[in-house]
Amino acid sequence: MRARLARRTVLAAAALLLPRAVRAGDAAVAIKDFAFDPATLTVPAGTKVVWTNRDDTPHKLASNAQPPLFVSDALDSDDAWPMVFDKPGTYGYFCTLHPHMQGAVIVT
Amino acid sequence: MTNRPTSRRTVLECMAWAGAAAVWSFSGGVPRARLLGSPAHAEEASFSFAQISDSHIGFAKDANMDVPGTLQAAITQLGQLPHHPSMVLHTGDVSHLSKPAQFDTAAQIIGAGKFDIHYVPGEHDMLEDNGRPFIERFQAREKPGVAGGACYSFDQNGVHFIGLNNVTDLKAGGLGMIGEAQLKWLAGDLAGRADSQPIVVFAHIPLWTVYAPWGWGTEDGERALALLRRFGSVTVLNGHIHQVLQKVEGNVAFYSARSTAFPQPAPGAAPSPGPMKVDAGKLRGVLGIREVTVIAGQAALAVADATLAG
Ligand SMILES: [Cu+2]
Repeated sequence: MRARLARRTVLAAAALLLPRAVRAGDAAVAIKDFAFDPATLTVPAGTKVVWTNRDDTPHKLASNAQPPLFVSDALDSDDAWPMVFDKPGTYGYFCTLHPHMQGAVIVT
Repeated sequence: MTNRPTSRRTVLECMAWAGAAAVWSFSGGVPRARLLGSPAHAEEASFSFAQISDSHIGFAKDANMDVPGTLQAAITQLGQLPHHPSMVLHTGDVSHLSKPAQFDTAAQIIGAGKFDIHYVPGEHDMLEDNGRPFIERFQAREKPGVAGGACYSFDQNGVHFIGLNNVTDLKAGGLGMIGEAQLKWLAGDLAGRADSQPIVVFAHIPLWTVYAPWGWGTEDGERALALLRRFGSVTVLNGHIHQVLQKVEGNVAFYSARSTAFPQPAPGAAPSPGPMKVDAGKLRGVLGIREVTVIAGQAALAVADATLAG
């Protein structure tokens, strides 16, 4: 419990430095140079993950599952897209415009 | 290139054209006797068309703040091409984000050129509703080969043109994709055609693997090429990589075209394939259009790339 609170505090401090779309308790993935950063993100169930496109070209996410479990909007430069992960599991995803771009969210 | 000790040969000529661009004229894969047609006859029977690509209407960043302006310049230049082609192929990424207003602007600028124009989609055109808005707007005149598949074919001046869609249903970690339904349609479309009919295939993503780490290739492109190999003259035109590249493989010649919007780096030459910034004064020198001429009696088409600076 104490550790969890400490982590919350760290996240809240970090939030001051992050763009408006990302708040404490959220997790952020940057899309930069046609790659997801971090490529693999591990978060507790219930976390809102926010992707922000830092490239000067659009990207669009879709989960690897068929049919996809989630598909984002087309994200222009600096657009952000949130997704809340409620159920534990590994969610692989890719960019539908540039399918060599791959990432995963591991929900614990 | 050197002549090979076979009955077929490949000749590469490279010459200046209008002081601004180069003309590459490949002649390959034809029996020698057929190359000896008189120039007057060849001139009479030749037929030209043009290609533009990657107009990315909606893009407005350092690389090019006036994408409608450079598309307009390209359309003006098409009207001044040496062989006055009336037909134009657009190899996709008409828009940047598939927005109705972007499609409107593109249709308006391109439409003002009064060309007979055929489009295939780029991945930027198919972002909404499985690509329906693009297909309905830019392919209304075509007879679709596959329901919703954005592919079609037509004949013009004895040449068989095939437009393919290799930008939808892409799989994680994969390249461009034609897909089973289109491949099946393609096999049927080619069945019964004489080997001697010239074929032009146009699609957005290169059908051959230019650079896999950037996704510059088509997963099942080889399966389409296998269907095309029996033909004596196959020309494959694409966009997507915003630069001129060419490759000849037997009777199949591949040509990648410049964009009218912004350049992209040479394969592997940058951390990512994102838009390349160049000095404002140099931008039009890296954007361009293409004219293709089918010369009677020659298997290989003459492909001439010109920059917008020319
Ligand atoms: Cu992407």
